[in-house]
Amino acid sequence: MASTNQTIINALYDDDDVLLSGVKQVREKGLEIQEVYSPFPVHGLDKAMGLKETRIAIAAFLYGTLGLATAISLTYGMMIVDWPLNIGGKPSFSWGENMPAFVPIMFELTVFFAAHLMVWTFFFRNKIYPGAKAQNPDPRTTDDKFLMEVVAGGDHSNEDIMALLKETGAIEVSVNSAEHA
Amino acid sequence: MHYEAPIRKPLIEGDKSYHDITVDVVRPVESSAPKSWWLVFSLALLAFLWGVGCILYTIGVGIGTWGLNKTVGWAWDITNFVWWVGIGHAGTLISAVLLLFRQKWRMSINRSAEAMTIFSVIQAALFPGIHMGRIWLAYFVFPIPNQFGSLWVNFNSPLLWDVFAISTYFSVSVVFWYVGLIPDFAMIRDRAVKPVQKHIYKILSFGWGGKAKHWQRFEEVSLVLAGLATPLVLSVHTIVSMDFATSVIPGWHTTIFPPYFVAGAIFSGFAMVQTLLIIVRKVFKMEQYITIQHIEMMNIVIMLTGSIVGIAYITELFIAWYSGVEYEQYAFLNRATGPYWWAYWSMMTCNVFSPQFMWIKKLRTSLMFTFFISIIVNIGMWFERFVIIVTSLHRDYLPSSWSMFSPTFVDIGIFIGTIGFFFVLFLLYARTFPVIAQAELKTILKSSGDNYKKLQEKQEQEHGEH
Repeated sequence: MASTNQTIINALYDDDDVLLSGVKQVREKGLEIQEVYSPFPVHGLDKAMGLKETRIAIAAFLYGTLGLATAISLTYGMMIVDWPLNIGGKPSFSWGENMPAFVPIMFELTVFFAAHLMVWTFFFRNKIYPGAKAQNPDPRTTDDKFLMEVVAGGDHSNEDIMALLKETGAIEVSVNSAEHA
Repeated sequence: MHYEAPIRKPLIEGDKSYHDITVDVVRPVESSAPKSWWLVFSLALLAFLWGVGCILYTIGVGIGTWGLNKTVGWAWDITNFVWWVGIGHAGTLISAVLLLFRQKWRMSINRSAEAMTIFSVIQAALFPGIHMGRIWLAYFVFPIPNQFGSLWVNFNSPLLWDVFAISTYFSVSVVFWYVGLIPDFAMIRDRAVKPVQKHIYKILSFGWGGKAKHWQRFEEVSLVLAGLATPLVLSVHTIVSMDFATSVIPGWHTTIFPPYFVAGAIFSGFAMVQTLLIIVRKVFKMEQYITIQHIEMMNIVIMLTGSIVGIAYITELFIAWYSGVEYEQYAFLNRATGPYWWAYWSMMTCNVFSPQFMWIKKLRTSLMFTFFISIIVNIGMWFERFVIIVTSLHRDYLPSSWSMFSPTFVDIGIFIGTIGFFFVLFLLYARTFPVIAQAELKTILKSSGDNYKKLQEKQEQEHGEH
């Protein structure tokens, strides 16, 4: 996302409501917000920042379908095609006749696939994995501070942006040219 | 912005700020364990080791070391299995069902409840393993391609459904719990000063930074997982109940079992959460987060599910009489007046009467009384499983096969061992993990914090004067 010659201005807030109105004001001025780091999910922040809705639930649905298909093929292949045995008088002539006994497996595998593959997707898309480097530039943002990164440039000078950020209630404003992924 | 009806009592007491929540949650993690912790931990470890000894003895010598016989092939093993699975259910109920219902009071208890789920499912999962005659062949329950012409499993058996249910339940509970823990681990990582501690929490926190997009996905993942975990939790105990309900044994073959077992699971699970949290809030000085209101809410759930269990008991009795099946009628006559009458009547006393005390506000808001009842409920629910299993088996169709069951020290030792193991895990958890989901709790501070509620009240009064 960040190009090499971009200047980033950091604004630190200590209240989620102030941050939220800050985000709105910054965007009204036509400035680009690169990232916001917060210690907890701030309700409405994604909308204020103009983030697209996540499609992870759709992915989970597809994974669930895959799980269901797996369960149907497992039970069909093993119980009906491969060894159509008579076990306690249960009809093994077709899958449909013995289907009620396969419902628990079908259900469990649907949930299993949907849940696990969705969580893997979550890890993958967020680039988080055991031992990854902390993504937040300021350690206080996991405690009680909120950090907004504003991309400098355009019609506004750095000083203007910093003044604006101060006005919105930021407690600390600094220019940071260091790069974050 | 954070409007809430004034009728709602604060869920976070004291004038807490975001930082106060952080500090209060990490205190047990950052401080060293007191002597009392080591004492309790040693006791739990001893019980655990004793249990390990009994398990090894069973596997080495054979299941004949247990009190089972040719009539009663399941007794303490499956009783304990169902009991532990049931206890685990409250954790998922609190974290998933209450999330779907947007219950804010779940936030300070869900972490510990989920931990309890995971640790009790571990205990439960031991029993299907060790009650096998040949545990070293346990991998045969999995449909793995093999050199026997590819010999598969039989998908008709509820015991195989159990394998799928328990492993899905366990693994999904673990990821649900872990995804919630990641932001909290990141918080500990960012505070840690000791290099070793910092490194451990760096690994555990997966590099979490709290970016806006990540929080958006986090909330969606939590919601979908809650949506998946809710039917999962209902299905798991349903499948466990089908171990009995799909049989042909009078006293077992009942269609009421699936919902009735699930209600019993919530009942006993919430009782266990009460037992643990009443101690945790005191020891960790978290009374301002786990308030009397939380305890009261859980008591109401206990009262409700206890009443459902009571209705199920009456339904079973009615249907037994109404069925006109002599075997079914005798099964219930035997429970009430047979050689295990004491187990049946302790079950009835503990499960039917004790939750009814919760109608009285004075009792359900009393910590001492809640603690006492929570223990009683768990004893009662253990007896419920014991009564269902043993009294239905020891006397059924053929009087020539009637027998009795009494446990040996190995049966008892393994049960004690699982209790020890549970507490070993829970005690380790309580000192290394954030026991309250702080990131979630911070989202409700402004709507349910004591100080913010007072502020809101003041504003409203001022507004009213104009």
